[in-house]
Amino acid sequence: MDIHRFFINGLYLVLDVNSGALHVLDKPAYDALGVFDGTNDVEVINTLDNCYDAATIEEVLNELRDLKEQGLLFAPAINTPISFSDKPLVKSLCLHVAHDCNLRCGYCFAGTGDFGHDRALMPKAVAEQAVDFIIANSGARKNCELDFFGGEPLLNMETVRHTVNYVRRREAETGKVFKLTLTTNAVLLDTDIIDFLNRENISVVLSMDGRNEVHDSMRPYADGSGSYADVVAGARQLVESRNNQSYYMRGTFTAYNLDFAADVIAMAEQGFSQLSVEPVIAKEEDYALSEAHLPAIFAEYEVLAKEYLERRNAGRGFEFFHFNLNLTNGPCVAKRLSGCGAGHEYFAVTPEGDLYPCHQFVGREKYIVGNVSGGIKRSDIVKQFRQSHVLNKSECRECWARFYCSGGCHANAELFNASIDKPYKLGCELQKKRLECALMIQAYLVQKGEAD
Amino acid sequence: MAKHITTINKVSLQKTLQTGGCGECQASCQSACKTSCTVGNQVCAK
Ligand code: SF4
Ligand code: SF4
Repeated sequence: MDIHRFFINGLYLVLDVNSGALHVLDKPAYDALGVFDGTNDVEVINTLDNCYDAATIEEVLNELRDLKEQGLLFAPAINTPISFSDKPLVKSLCLHVAHDCNLRCGYCFAGTGDFGHDRALMPKAVAEQAVDFIIANSGARKNCELDFFGGEPLLNMETVRHTVNYVRRREAETGKVFKLTLTTNAVLLDTDIIDFLNRENISVVLSMDGRNEVHDSMRPYADGSGSYADVVAGARQLVESRNNQSYYMRGTFTAYNLDFAADVIAMAEQGFSQLSVEPVIAKEEDYALSEAHLPAIFAEYEVLAKEYLERRNAGRGFEFFHFNLNLTNGPCVAKRLSGCGAGHEYFAVTPEGDLYPCHQFVGREKYIVGNVSGGIKRSDIVKQFRQSHVLNKSECRECWARFYCSGGCHANAELFNASIDKPYKLGCELQKKRLECALMIQAYLVQKGEAD
Repeated sequence: MAKHITTINKVSLQKTLQTGGCGECQASCQSACKTSCTVGNQVCAK
């Protein structure tokens, strides 16, 4: 599919997939594009001649031909660039510093934090080896990314602090620059930890599910009591201490809260402005999402998109991760092919030092690719992930969203279809809807002269 | 001035076939548990 034509929130839009150009259309142009394929003028005229006068049709066709000539409509197909090298550089590691958690979230893919194994904390020596591994495998790339993850990473602050010190030393020795993040449920945040995170410039991803009752029903403590009050208090202290910068607050929505726009708004009302909510990934659970929920979820994304614009216009806007789309200075094709990078540019490290394609693969043992002590042993798996990109997957190759989505989540594809090459259909539908909303928002903002 | 169509962004992904691939941009997980990030919303790091 080379163009995607859609109507949303009062706008007729078309995305030219291979160039990345977005156009706002009037109704005649929209109708014409239902037929026009770049060459068949006569067919367009014959189809539209009982709806529009000949002059209008001719004007529309002229404009369409013009855009095609400029390479902004029906742009030629894109092939794998030479810059997409066979040998990937490692960009990013996810350190599972604690396979343990102080919450018992109903939908946790880590199985209450232990990933189906014994609870474990990552020793300092393993964390050091991980830092050395990324330095050794990042080639000429200056930036290295490290995410402290779990379970709950604040349960192993000793290793976190030690690793950060080690990183600083190695930065000085090697000239690399580390971008550090930490993903936490916010329960254990206190002044001491917050000072440390701020001092060390660590971006923080906070997990919160929005409305009090929604949050507490899915994110309780081990004794069943709700964590909402503690999470809001910890998150607020952190966010205020860093001038509302360098954090993301993210939640998960399930079949129990298909009205999740209310949860995003609840977070905004609590004073948080960098927001995201994500669809839960689950099979055969009461709260799992299914195709039957799609109409409700689609409608809800539109509700959220309208609210996003309204609040922005009123001067009290929030950021919603999936609606931030950079239409003019987005990533190059090579990046759009590498997608999330799991298994080639990005790996997760368990407390034992085992390397997995990413955090969601941890525990699926046949995917272990090596260990930070001995490096990559399964270059066949790395190659498989590297090659599993949108131009090589049959569903993606035909999909209009291919250069924005970049092929979806391998972990979900593997979970639902037992193959990383076959995308998880429900995820695709949600992805495409979010993109339509994001494109619509950009169209409004650009027309108002407000886009970034 | 076009009457029926307004172009929002004049871009060419094709051009980045030659210029891109420096690899300095960040990794971008799209899952629920990370700073979930579709690739399209990233900014080129060059
Ligand atoms: S994963 Fe799905 S939505 Fe993404 S490009 Fe592939 S088919 Fe399209
Ligand atoms: S495979 Fe999925 S969970 Fe893993 S890094 Fe990629 S998008 Fe994220």
